Amino acid sequence: MISLLLILISSLFFVGIIVKVKAKIAARKMPPVLQPVYDVIRLFKKGAVYSQTTSVIFKIAPLVYFSSVFLAVLFIPIGSNEGLLSFEGDFVFFAYLLGIGKFMTIISAMDTGSGFEGMGANREALYSMLAEPAFFIIAGSMALFTDNISFHDLFLHLKQDADLYYIIGIASTYVLVYIAMVENSRMPIDDPKTHLELTMVHEVMILDNSGFDLGLIHIATWLKFSIYGALISNFIISNSWNLYWQIAVFLGIQFAFSTIVGILESFRARNKIEKNPQWIIMLSAISIVVFLTVLIITQKIILN
Amino acid sequence: MIILFKIAIIFTFVLFIFPKQFQYYFGLILHLVIISISGIWAVKTLILSSKLTLPFIPFLGNNLSIEIDQLSAFFILVIDFTMLTGIIYAKGYLQPYFHKKNKIEMAWHFFNFLWLHISMLLVVSIRDVLPFLIIWEIMSLSSFFLVIFETEKEETIKIGIKYLIQMHIGVAFLMAAFIYAYVSSGETLNFDGLSVYFASHNPFGLFMLFFIGFGIKAGFIPLHSWLPHAHPAAPSHVSGVMSGVMIKMGIYGILRVLMYIHHDLFNIGLFILIMSLISGLIGVSLAIVQHDVKKLLAYHSIENIGIIGIGIGLGVIGLAKNIPVLAALGFGGGILHILNHSLFKSLLFYTAGSVYKQTHTRNIEQLGGLIKKMPKTALFFLLGAIAISGLPPFNGFISEFLIYSGIFKSLHSAGLFTDIVLMFSFAGLAIIGGLALFCFTKVFSVIFLGTTRSSKVEHATEVNSSMLIPDFIIGFMIIIIGFVPVIFVHPLSQIIGSFFIETTAIHQMISTFNNISLSSGVFIIIIGLLWALRSWQQKRQTIKEDKTWACAYTGANPAVHQYTATSYADNFRQLSSKIVNVKKDFKDFDETEIFPKKRKFETHSSDIFENYLITIPSDRILAFLEKIAVFQTGKIQHYLLYALLFLALIFLLTFLNLI
Repeated sequence: MISLLLILISSLFFVGIIVKVKAKIAARKMPPVLQPVYDVIRLFKKGAVYSQTTSVIFKIAPLVYFSSVFLAVLFIPIGSNEGLLSFEGDFVFFAYLLGIGKFMTIISAMDTGSGFEGMGANREALYSMLAEPAFFIIAGSMALFTDNISFHDLFLHLKQDADLYYIIGIASTYVLVYIAMVENSRMPIDDPKTHLELTMVHEVMILDNSGFDLGLIHIATWLKFSIYGALISNFIISNSWNLYWQIAVFLGIQFAFSTIVGILESFRARNKIEKNPQWIIMLSAISIVVFLTVLIITQKIILN
Repeated sequence: MIILFKIAIIFTFVLFIFPKQFQYYFGLILHLVIISISGIWAVKTLILSSKLTLPFIPFLGNNLSIEIDQLSAFFILVIDFTMLTGIIYAKGYLQPYFHKKNKIEMAWHFFNFLWLHISMLLVVSIRDVLPFLIIWEIMSLSSFFLVIFETEKEETIKIGIKYLIQMHIGVAFLMAAFIYAYVSSGETLNFDGLSVYFASHNPFGLFMLFFIGFGIKAGFIPLHSWLPHAHPAAPSHVSGVMSGVMIKMGIYGILRVLMYIHHDLFNIGLFILIMSLISGLIGVSLAIVQHDVKKLLAYHSIENIGIIGIGIGLGVIGLAKNIPVLAALGFGGGILHILNHSLFKSLLFYTAGSVYKQTHTRNIEQLGGLIKKMPKTALFFLLGAIAISGLPPFNGFISEFLIYSGIFKSLHSAGLFTDIVLMFSFAGLAIIGGLALFCFTKVFSVIFLGTTRSSKVEHATEVNSSMLIPDFIIGFMIIIIGFVPVIFVHPLSQIIGSFFIETTAIHQMISTFNNISLSSGVFIIIIGLLWALRSWQQKRQTIKEDKTWACAYTGANPAVHQYTATSYADNFRQLSSKIVNVKKDFKDFDETEIFPKKRKFETHSSDIFENYLITIPSDRILAFLEKIAVFQTGKIQHYLLYALLFLALIFLLTFLNLI
């Protein structure tokens, strides 16, 4: 329950902080940190425009997308606080749950019959497919390391004092940060502040959503960021710490994560679209390094 | 009851004397009789957890008996279910052919459909080798006649013959395998005799022969090349049944043979796993670039055979390395996926058939926007598409989840090499899942969403209810397995128990399955609540309808600008050009061409395995044989000369004491 609340709270500020950091770096006037929340509240008060081309798929998709992300939040533990839902193999369910959300957003984008949205849809399908193995290899390495297969136990039994743990920690954090960027279609995969629809991924898929639906999609984006932030924080938070310290560190990490995203987006250029697949596959390669490191730690590969 | 079964078999011949309009109903009754008899046998076997042996017919002086163990019982239930939906669906689907075909042709079709059913049931329940091969042959023949139902098309006959030849290559391998086993072990011609051979020999070589023989039926890459042709050519209820259960007979064969192997299993497991990973990855990659919806689904059958094989391969590795979790969950996942695939694949073939029936095209580039005209068919196709992509809360997820659980649970206790193998298998599974999502978002959107791409869609209407009944039945099963997987724990543990595997791991899944049911339930409830919330919110606001937003370009027309299947698959095609091998048929613009003329753009994908293993070698052989044909002059004098020369040769050889 604590983890749910923490993730929900941190998600409210996440995008606000990114925007603030970016504005600061560009020396622009900063919007309030809760500006995204105000925007969504405003959207919830609005009506909607639906395209004549669309069908029931377009109406149900944002709901499924939001529900899948929201349900995914329930699986995430923080430190020693278990997620609301936890069972053996829950990370497989987690990954496939995000999959069904994606499936629905993709087909709802195709439902509008817009060339732009089709473009975004097939990019999203390709990129998320390519990012999938990286997540599974990271999770698999941890299953190998801890001999447990639920999120909660994976992190609970993560022996952070093991030799070479720092490689696992750093490499996994790196991979998860960028998986978060792929999942949310941010830099360097996609530039959310661009005004050229031809180069967009996620933003262009939701061109036709408005009102309540768009509000839900925005919240789902915050939640996704927050989920990955929480996963990263679990590599750092030790469960022997007391609760308040864990919460403080969690919030600190979320803050740091959003700041890093802001800085990355300010200074990094977007990848060339056709180089993206190669770049995403690189993440799997790094996660294989994590896997090999775990094989060394568990003394299956014996050095010397 | 066995008497009734025999009577039903004899009555299939009576079909020919019925007038056309009653043949379907008579066939349906016979199917129902066979289904209820064999279903009772199978359920009895599973409930009593015992084997059932029934005397069947005398055969070459011996009494041939039907033996139903847990594995047979499982397959019998899968066969019965799919045949039931198939025959219900056939009524509506065959309507347009009713006037084209004469009485005998129709009867012949139903007769073969019945015999496909009977032969599949007997394949899984006969253990004597010779009758097994005969029944195997009947199965291939009856499916051959079902495939070439539209005999007026020359292409269909060609494909049918291709199918028949490849099936016989498979049988040749099986015969070789059986004969080799019996010659070297001297046992009776019975499946149980295999255990004697395997006990005293290295099993790998003989298993390879069996794998090729059964693998051609199952469609493992590179033995698959009949599959993408036969499925599109066959009527939809036949392709649904063939893809849903008939190709699983190959899997049955492999499982049955594995049952008798108890040592040196690691290489076999690794071999199955590698073949399956290749089949899964390449099958789905090739599926993405197809335009013909049934060909696409056929490639997905290859992919799913791959997933089943991954489960079985991992199970065998688990047995070899003595990791009971991996063995139980690998076999469990693989076997449950057999059932799951038979459900969603037949559903997809039936709905795709309904679309074909209403639009007369299988080219998805000519479809579009059908969800508005055929809403029920569209929703069932969507259900099948989500299920086959392995996404929760439907059934495909459950079997893949079992395999994943097996892998992740055994990572810690396995050795280094096994760990690396396991890593490749779960990474492979993840990629296959992602590619399936890519493919089915494409095919569903292009067929059903957006606006129409050609005039063929304009007059399409929803199919009549008799063609929707099977969809409802299958859809119900898909949802049940997805939401309450726990009911399958007990039967599954029995089936895998027959492989001498400890089944505790499967029973431990009960609490996990309950949690999955809970999560799926919460998922649906959240969606429902949000729907209610939005309805409440939107009631007080103005909801408008307008054109699709085209980024301020007012001349946009979805019919022209929407994404096509080719453009959707394009970024994947670039990534995997070596495998999918798509050729563009397009003449580039010339610089001097100031007013370019109208031109065509076509893409063709070809299967490199088919090219290099089947087409190119057979073309070479043909070219050689054509050269030999110079001897065939058509003049009787020449032929007499050949006979004379032959006699002279014989005389000469005898004279020189050479023969």
